[in-house]
Amino acid sequence: MSKIILPGMEPESLSRRRFVTGVAAGTALMGLGFSVNAKPTSEAMRKILAGPAILRGSKFDLTYSPTKVNLTGKDRIATAINGSVPAPVLRWKEGDTVILNVTNNMAEDTSIHWHGIILPPDQDGVPGISFAGIKPGETFQYSFPVNQSGTYWYHSHSGFQEQTGAYGAIVIDPKEPPPYRYDRDYVVLLSDWSDEDPTDIYHKLKKLSDYYNFRERTISDVTKEVSEDGWKKFWQKRSMWNKMRMSDRDISDVTGYTYTFLTNGHAPADGWTGLFNKGEKVLLRFINAAAMTFFDVRIPGLKMTVVAADGQYVQPVSVDEFRIGVAETYDVIVEPSAERAYTIFSQAIDRTGYARGTLTPHPEMTAEVPEMDAGPLLTHGDMGMDMSAMNHAGHDMGGMANSKNKTMNPSMDSSMDHSKMGHDMAGMSKMDHSKMKDMNKPEIGSGMAGYGSSRDVVHVDTEYGPHVDMRSEAPQYRLDDPGVGLRNNGRKVLTYADLRNFNKTPDPREPGREIDLHLTGNMSRYMWSINGIKYADAEPIQLKYGERLRINLINDTMMNHPMHLHGMWSDLETGDADYIPRKHTAIVPPGAKISYLVTADAKGSWAYHCHLIYHMLGMFRKVVVS
Amino acid sequence: MKNKLTSAFVFTGCVLSTSLYAGMEDDPVITKVMIDQFETRVTDGDDPLVLEGQAWIGKDLNKFVIKADAEQVNGSTEELELQALYSRAIAPFWDFQVGVRQDQKPKPGRNWLAIGFQGLAPYWFEIDTALFIGESDQIGLRFTAEYEWMLTQRWVLSPDIEFNIYSKNDQATGTGSGLSDTQLGLRLRYEIKREFAPYIGVNWNKKYGNTATFAKNEGEKVDDTQFVAGIRVWF
Repeated sequence: MSKIILPGMEPESLSRRRFVTGVAAGTALMGLGFSVNAKPTSEAMRKILAGPAILRGSKFDLTYSPTKVNLTGKDRIATAINGSVPAPVLRWKEGDTVILNVTNNMAEDTSIHWHGIILPPDQDGVPGISFAGIKPGETFQYSFPVNQSGTYWYHSHSGFQEQTGAYGAIVIDPKEPPPYRYDRDYVVLLSDWSDEDPTDIYHKLKKLSDYYNFRERTISDVTKEVSEDGWKKFWQKRSMWNKMRMSDRDISDVTGYTYTFLTNGHAPADGWTGLFNKGEKVLLRFINAAAMTFFDVRIPGLKMTVVAADGQYVQPVSVDEFRIGVAETYDVIVEPSAERAYTIFSQAIDRTGYARGTLTPHPEMTAEVPEMDAGPLLTHGDMGMDMSAMNHAGHDMGGMANSKNKTMNPSMDSSMDHSKMGHDMAGMSKMDHSKMKDMNKPEIGSGMAGYGSSRDVVHVDTEYGPHVDMRSEAPQYRLDDPGVGLRNNGRKVLTYADLRNFNKTPDPREPGREIDLHLTGNMSRYMWSINGIKYADAEPIQLKYGERLRINLINDTMMNHPMHLHGMWSDLETGDADYIPRKHTAIVPPGAKISYLVTADAKGSWAYHCHLIYHMLGMFRKVVVS
Repeated sequence: MKNKLTSAFVFTGCVLSTSLYAGMEDDPVITKVMIDQFETRVTDGDDPLVLEGQAWIGKDLNKFVIKADAEQVNGSTEELELQALYSRAIAPFWDFQVGVRQDQKPKPGRNWLAIGFQGLAPYWFEIDTALFIGESDQIGLRFTAEYEWMLTQRWVLSPDIEFNIYSKNDQATGTGSGLSDTQLGLRLRYEIKREFAPYIGVNWNKKYGNTATFAKNEGEKVDDTQFVAGIRVWF
């Protein structure tokens, strides 16, 4: 061991995955810059070496090619970039201009979208909006300045290629040192792999939408509930679901029945391994690159300090667990102080499987993998029902909006500009001051910048018809709700209410106008839309260059939707005007609403969509800034 | 008729697929073949082979549907009823269907105009109901309902009911006016895959009124309980 440079000793020393039969091996290893004599000698070393290559610099050659992989015991053809799934980690520097030559060696069109990167519209990589796509045999050159830092990712925006492996991490080193210290960092990229053709998955969902759900209610649930509650109460409890013809167990459209969940490309049997030395601060850069799967991530035995969300610094929050929606990223710092291994345990939101990683001081040392939590059940609140009208016992009320301002960082209260607050509040005619629990803060839903909309939710005409199966009666801001499956689990779970920008709100203007977007669909017909209108039939959303506006996203479905606005930041209103966190992707929980402010500072055409791959075809809009 | 059906099928397919383009499409043309029952029924005499199913091609809201109901005894088709329908979604869980029904066997055959609804009612009842307008002012009404009870994630107990009502006697086909016949079934299937499930069950047929009289005259049973075994398959 002493003869070689231990890969884990350098933050970025990862190599390509062992099962990938690509052409990039030489370049990948050279890119790493470690000795060619450093050959893995044991199974344990092989495990540690396994992981995507890291490419650094400002000029990159990326090549798409169909590549054989084996993640389940069966050979399958993946959409690999440089022969690797996940694609290589790209390590950029803030301030550089990067040049990326993307070659398509496949039989179908392709593209790369640089997720979360603020760049010119023709570099954004969305076929039909940014450019025409990359034809078979062609090379497209991307070139843009990098004016941000942090953890991001890239993926194909063509067809279902993202489901079949076309995704990788981007790490941008900042010009200025970050506001936290760490000794090493690792990318922890989570994804979902299926041996099935994604087109088959999509068609199966259209033919039988609960095809992949093997957690449906059975007779044993009925007998259990009847014996506990009696027939009458059982019947009452079930009546809403029975009338709506919906299932409280409908958590994920596509499940562990077909998916294998991966950490840095590794199936859970062996998992990915990262090394640390006792007492080090380790920065873990979590990226959810899955096509359809939300993950609930925890590392038993370690507190995680969240320091960045979607690449942007946030005020540090210490948590036991966080939910990462598709396309989100979180940077967390852990400080393993014991000479022991830890499991990075990333459960799928529906608990039909998990992705596994190991942090360990020794390659041979592994940690116990915890049991998965019980499969979650949706509540009436998740269906957008008015909770005040509900009086059923056993309903999970943990985390309704407005129930607490106690998550507010006390140190920020003292730094509040009270004179400014007073001025803003004077202008708020709709404010009900008697409702305020903390005179320092307006309530969520007050209409002021940082606090969400005060408008009533109105369902538009286009939301009615065979294509929409539900409309939330009383969607609420549930920012401090950990979400279905995470409520009252005894662990401190990150919520959006915990997110505060580390820096001052970059654009403190009040929104000049508001746009309501209802996320709509018909689950059983497997149709998805916004305001009841699918992308193919929709007019673009027009934004005026320079304006500051609020977008209200109202979820009229029973699924979580991770909404991703390209080209501009989504300044998520979590309850503090001065420190509004910036995101590129924001989860809209079922039956809930969220609001964010957008500064339309990027002229051109942009994509705006749900990042679940089988939803995005319909739940998609073009946004035009002019 | 078969040729007509085939050409209608192909034509509809072409019309629906004109908007198909390469790459991503939220609403592709999809086909589904659903064979609900393909079973043998145990009787005193020769055991019939029964097929009941439907196939569709189309998009989310508009489909072309073929429904088939056939019975074969000793290799010869004793009963064959086909419907060719245009199906349009009119509510989140309901499709309106209009088209033609042809009873090819037993002879003489009968042609009908079919208007109906298919969908999922509250409390999870799968409903398929139609009004049939036939020759010589004959009007028929059919109602079928099915429920699926999950015993486990793969064992499914499925009761179903069907009844037929006709406005007039049609002695040639053994059809009497009023409530003509009912069918009650109970099938227990095991889903090896979602798409493939063998089952066993019981089927109870009863004929009423003039239909019963016509049947008696032909020496047929008016009340028959049969054990069934078959497969449910779709793709």
